[in-house]
Amino acid sequence: MIQIDRRIIYLIIALSMVLPFFFQMGLPIPITKEVKDIYDYIETLTPDDVVILSGDFTPSVSPELSPMFEALFRHCLKKNVKVIAMSLFIQGPGLLAPIIQEVATDYQKVNGVDYAFMPWVVGWHIVVINMMEDITRAFPTDYYGTNISELPIFQGIHNYEDYDLVVSFTGSSAYSTWLVYGHEPYGVTLATGVTAVSAADLYPYIQSGQFIGMLGGLKGAAEYETLIDEKRMATMGMEAQNWAHVVIILFIIIGNIGYLAMGKKR
Amino acid sequence: MQLSINPWVWIGVFFTFSVLSFLYKDNPFYKLAEHVTVGVSIGYGAVIIYSNSFLPRFYDPVFHQGRFELIIPAILGLMMILRIVPKYSWLSRYAICFSVGAGSGMAIPRSMQASVLRQLEATMLDLSFSSGQGINNIIIFVGVLVVLIYFFFSKEHKGVFGGVAKIGIWFLMIGFGATFGYTVMARLSLFIGRVLFILQEFLGIGLAG
Repeated sequence: MIQIDRRIIYLIIALSMVLPFFFQMGLPIPITKEVKDIYDYIETLTPDDVVILSGDFTPSVSPELSPMFEALFRHCLKKNVKVIAMSLFIQGPGLLAPIIQEVATDYQKVNGVDYAFMPWVVGWHIVVINMMEDITRAFPTDYYGTNISELPIFQGIHNYEDYDLVVSFTGSSAYSTWLVYGHEPYGVTLATGVTAVSAADLYPYIQSGQFIGMLGGLKGAAEYETLIDEKRMATMGMEAQNWAHVVIILFIIIGNIGYLAMGKKR
Repeated sequence: MQLSINPWVWIGVFFTFSVLSFLYKDNPFYKLAEHVTVGVSIGYGAVIIYSNSFLPRFYDPVFHQGRFELIIPAILGLMMILRIVPKYSWLSRYAICFSVGAGSGMAIPRSMQASVLRQLEATMLDLSFSSGQGINNIIIFVGVLVVLIYFFFSKEHKGVFGGVAKIGIWFLMIGFGATFGYTVMARLSLFIGRVLFILQEFLGIGLAG
């Protein structure tokens, strides 16, 4: 048993992840405090407030982070909160564009009035510092090439004093760029959505109050979808995720029993 | 079920299976997918940098607005590229010096504040056994202390000091366990993304949320 071919294990795990899409059991998705805190904070915002959603990711981690970005974007538009969508990553705007278009259409929101979409600009920390000082310095035009001084949404949005929340969605250390160059010197309120791999690293920053909350991996996205009552990709994926975890735990138990049995034989 | 007629979706499916085929064993399809990923990434990056950075941030200001001061950082940039010419590679050091100096000046004080001082502050907590939060605070305080002791290598880990360091290892192991669990979750999520792409966009199967 302990010498089972790894390809058989891959196949069993793959099946355990594909089949739940056809036989959904509706397993519960309990909400964690870190996710609820972000939701509660956005709930307190008014239509005059501004949220920056920064999709700082590449296609390799998009399945985890895109659903988070979409869930928060939906929540903000539902609440009529102004959103500035952007990315510190070169591939980011290309990944965000279809999500922004779809969500804006669903809620009948207008680009440049209810939300703005920024293009990629070179230099992570330089972009953040410029945004904190003067947003027109960081982004002279929006994603579609319109001068941002011509967009109604930017009447009254100039610098860090006008940002009520910044959320960085990232599979890298981009959250620390916002922390070091945005939160610490300017006091901007921060939250983050990270890949599950990075989630454990974020807890010290939440405990210290530097981030108000965190969405960790697909589970975080599914929790947020549950909170806003928009069950989409992440919620669908959680069922597969749960069954795969059960199979992996079983394999760990079987492997250890086999290992112990081998030890006794020796 | 309605099979997609979009050729880009078919290409996506082809490369998805090409990458997953590596789980069976290394093969030419996987190699092709690997090389295409690198090529496409570089090509995409070059085009975006040219249109979003070079044209609006250098070419237009210098040649249409007369902002000739931008030629100075452009020269530094060119010096950086000279690393690939052995005869003039020494010139790149000046650009690197500037970059390292400016970067360190901006990053070191702020990182100290964000990652060291604020984290130290976060361990100065109300310690008590009278509430759940108080007990949590004690765990955080003790955890930080014993892990820091484990990483103190100027004294041999023996006796009481060694015992405390061993408790530090337990705390680290709990941290590694949490990271491992999260890592498994992350890898599965990526596969779920591909499964959803194949089921929904390629096969056109409507899935209920």
